[in-house]
Amino acid sequence: MSDWQPSALQQERLAYRRRRTVRSGVIAGVSTLVLVALLVVGIGSTPGWPRVRETFFNVDRGWEALPVVAQGLWLNIRVMLVCAVLIVVLGLTLAILRTLRGPIFFPLRIFAAAYTDVFRGLPLLLVIFLLGFGVPALQLRGLPNQAVIWGGVALVLTYSSYVAEVFRAGIESIHPSQRAAARSLGLSHRQTLRFVVLPQAVRRVLPPLLNDFVSLQKDSGLIAVLGVIDAIRAAQLETAEDFNFTPYVVAGMLFVALTIPLTRLTDWVARRQGWYGGGGGPV
Amino acid sequence: MNPRTAVAVLATIVAVGLSACAPEDEPTGSSTPSGPDACSKEKLALKVPGTFTVGTDKPAYAPWFVDDDPSNGKGYESAVTYAVAEHLGFAASEVKWQTVQFNAAFAPGPKKFDLDVNQISISEDRRKAVDFSSGYYDVRQTVITTAGSKIANAKKVAELADAKLGAQVGTTSYTMLRDQIKPKQTPAVFDTNDLAVQALKNKQIDGIVVDLPTGFYMTAAQLDNGKIVGQLPAGGQAEQFGFVLEKGSPLTPCVSQAVDALKADGTLAKLQQQYLTAEGAPELS
Repeated sequence: MSDWQPSALQQERLAYRRRRTVRSGVIAGVSTLVLVALLVVGIGSTPGWPRVRETFFNVDRGWEALPVVAQGLWLNIRVMLVCAVLIVVLGLTLAILRTLRGPIFFPLRIFAAAYTDVFRGLPLLLVIFLLGFGVPALQLRGLPNQAVIWGGVALVLTYSSYVAEVFRAGIESIHPSQRAAARSLGLSHRQTLRFVVLPQAVRRVLPPLLNDFVSLQKDSGLIAVLGVIDAIRAAQLETAEDFNFTPYVVAGMLFVALTIPLTRLTDWVARRQGWYGGGGGPV
Repeated sequence: MNPRTAVAVLATIVAVGLSACAPEDEPTGSSTPSGPDACSKEKLALKVPGTFTVGTDKPAYAPWFVDDDPSNGKGYESAVTYAVAEHLGFAASEVKWQTVQFNAAFAPGPKKFDLDVNQISISEDRRKAVDFSSGYYDVRQTVITTAGSKIANAKKVAELADAKLGAQVGTTSYTMLRDQIKPKQTPAVFDTNDLAVQALKNKQIDGIVVDLPTGFYMTAAQLDNGKIVGQLPAGGQAEQFGFVLEKGSPLTPCVSQAVDALKADGTLAKLQQQYLTAEGAPELS
């Protein structure tokens, strides 16, 4: 170790910077505390607060409702996972169909465009009712009758039209020079799509895909209208017992708890795949 | 203004604003009307002076209402409401109906109705959130199905345990289904009874638990081959429908008094005879 020391001037600078950092930290902390305290006092002093607290934030009631609501959430999770896989497959297929070149593919392009137009436009609830009550009403042999299956089909149909458009946007955002370069290297159309266009496109649309996934997670509860019990419906059943809304808050917290890790995971995956590489890193 | 001052000012405004713009809580009404004419029309604390504002959900179903129009005075709940209003001194033209979703009827905070009538069962747990008038109808729960289903000939509650049953969300029908029948399959829970009927028609469920008058309506009007399996045994405490009022409403004792008077003079029995007759529904053991 050398006995080198920064100059007196440098030491003064360092000390000054440290003081400023501490000062910033203290101010930020105090400012946050004051704001939170004011909010707590402000909301707490409203005349309706005791009743709102009792009705929405009753801790005992929340614990009591947790197992039932969590059991409902398990349905949401299963529906979401199964549907998500089907949606990605169907959505990607539709997007590729729609970006095919050449006159021979015209019918496929038209089909894909019509599909996205219709299912993106139809309200999800309508599709769920139509399939969930309409198809079983046909009384066809061999078709399943369960609400959860037809509700899932409705989710897949609707969401695959959203996801197809997201994928299409990704595919069309790849600069033509990439295709040209790949073709000039001797790659076929199919190879260009598989090895050059799709990997870049998928990487670019990961964040909006996650958006749709989170949205799907919540909309998976819409199939409750067909009679199945998801997290929200379980909370509703609990609430009906004593008119206390805390179980809804519990369900909301569970959904948020599901979403946050998912977002972090996607960010991590995106960064690992060099998401910041193409468009330039953070400035 | 530098940013720190700005934040502090903003925070203060938020805090002060929240407490300042909040209305004072209304005083809690006494539990009994004081004085002989405390319930006279002029002294009632109404939402809209001179108007008896009543909430119910839409669509309003038979046999509780007729033609989805609460204001025609037909159907049991409509008729009882007008009878109560008359007892309190209101002319029929002074009764105004409002659409109030079932869930909104018991959300905390001020209500826009004087009372809500929506086949809401009285329970002690619910009383923590709202006021109830005296009960205006004693409820019995029934199981209905279609002819030829596997529970069509059930005589005992135990025979229903294997069936896939449905009920409307937030009703005591669901509670009775869960607690009395103890079904082995998760019950199907629907937003409205109409959806439950659709599922029953589709054979997605084997039967529906509903209150008796609704069961009559479903089997007679909504199903082609509907059948009432039977009435569930009454629970420990008799279940009653009551008017819902805002928690601590000064109107509650007056409405209860009116309901009690109508019960005593036989008006309720007469209206039940007219709109909800209970013959032809066997008891399940």
